[in-house]
Amino acid sequence: MSLFSSLRWKRPTLSSNQKLERGFLVFENTSEVIRAESLLKAQGWAIRVMGPPPEIRSGCDLVIEFPLIEVLKIQRTLDEAGIVPLQIVPVTSPLLQPVDLFQTKDYGEYLMVRAANMKLTVEKKTLIIANISGGGCPDVPFLAEEMVGKHLSEAPSPRDIGHTLCGYALQLAFEEVKRQCSLS
Amino acid sequence: MFAIVGTIPERDFPLEVGKIALMNGSLFIGERKINVNRGTPALLAAAIQAGKVLGEQEPHGFLVGDVGLGDGSRQLYEYLTEHLGKTSFDTLVFHYLQPDIDWHNKVLSAINEIPEKPILIADAGSMYVAKMSGKSIEYDLFTPDAGELAFLADELAPHPFYTRGFVLHEDNRIPDLIAKAYAHKNAAQYLIVKGKTDYLANREGIQATIEQPSVEALEAIGGTGDTLTGIAAALIAAGRQVAEAVEMAAKVNRLAGFYANPNPGTSVREIIDCIPRALEEIIKITEETGNVSWLAGRDKDWTKYDNFGNCELASSDRGRI
Repeated sequence: MSLFSSLRWKRPTLSSNQKLERGFLVFENTSEVIRAESLLKAQGWAIRVMGPPPEIRSGCDLVIEFPLIEVLKIQRTLDEAGIVPLQIVPVTSPLLQPVDLFQTKDYGEYLMVRAANMKLTVEKKTLIIANISGGGCPDVPFLAEEMVGKHLSEAPSPRDIGHTLCGYALQLAFEEVKRQCSLS
Repeated sequence: MFAIVGTIPERDFPLEVGKIALMNGSLFIGERKINVNRGTPALLAAAIQAGKVLGEQEPHGFLVGDVGLGDGSRQLYEYLTEHLGKTSFDTLVFHYLQPDIDWHNKVLSAINEIPEKPILIADAGSMYVAKMSGKSIEYDLFTPDAGELAFLADELAPHPFYTRGFVLHEDNRIPDLIAKAYAHKNAAQYLIVKGKTDYLANREGIQATIEQPSVEALEAIGGTGDTLTGIAAALIAAGRQVAEAVEMAAKVNRLAGFYANPNPGTSVREIIDCIPRALEEIIKITEETGNVSWLAGRDKDWTKYDNFGNCELASSDRGRI
């Protein structure tokens, strides 16, 4: 049995010309980034969650990259939802690309999916979340307590109750497990 | 005397400072009860279980509730900045904290006021922020897994989420990543890289590898890295040199996992129960052979060992070694 039966690689990056036409939105914390991402994606905007440039990093940060030409409409959408960015900045240097690589390990009765530094394991027969491991941000133990022991369809989503980059990575693993178990 | 700094995954858990006790499967700080599960509680419970065998006192805890918003972590950073310089701990473990570079650097300044600098261990978010702030070299031990090692090796990555070349199945890259982490001054004096094989390394390269017992299910079980850090901290606090303590801790952690006979759904609590039995075994073999390197030579066939013992009962009436 192959150790890792499924690999998915990064999306292609933007060309430098495309980057000049993009900006990024900076928020107070990752929870706001996640809320803004959900809202803007639901409304069809071509946005991506990325890592900030070094000059504005303070810890575990995310920014949202967006088409600069749409700045006013996006700002209005966010204002109406009460999610106000701290800064709106044109992209002048490459932003860090989040890891977008899944690894799947099949234990027979259990399936484990890893996204970045987070791992989520589900019991195949029952679709109950059996374990969550990896990660170092303080919402990880909280997310594990809230999710482990629950069915994939009933467990709270890390997108809704998580707050950090580790929570964001766990969301990716959660979505991938659900996809592999045909729940999404 | 050693102390453990970390967070509890509860919104309303107030800042608590004091001795930690483990009674009937739960942790206590003062009157306040803490459930043993993955994260800092697993580290605390593992350190106490190891400390019982070593005859060590329970660790001091600096704990606060934080579910990821960072509010509790900032409160704890502030407390540590004000008080840590007046303490005399010989070992300090920093664990799940919301990474914040400014606060981290203030805490490090406070530590530098302690007359005799303690051994500093960082894992989880505290290891992330130590690297982000460029202060890794001030620490004695980091405990990354392979993905976190890739983050340490990548001088541009602010978090494991962004690490370039995050190809975790290539175990043969680990020596190269260790070298890169040291070249960029993003590693502590010692690293223990946790995985299918555990690597103990310093700036001169890999000092030991630990591969046995090999229990595949452990990778899926949340908290098995926390227990390794807790065991290592207890051994260091008991007076062992960092390298010796970490190598022993890696073996104890693996053996405890083996004794627990886990599947991917097993709780880390079952492994913690087996730590005393595993530590006694490793100490016994180490005393017989005169060093801790016997396992690196794979001269122990763990398949001959019974791993179905009841660790909880076995550890309940245990004398000091």
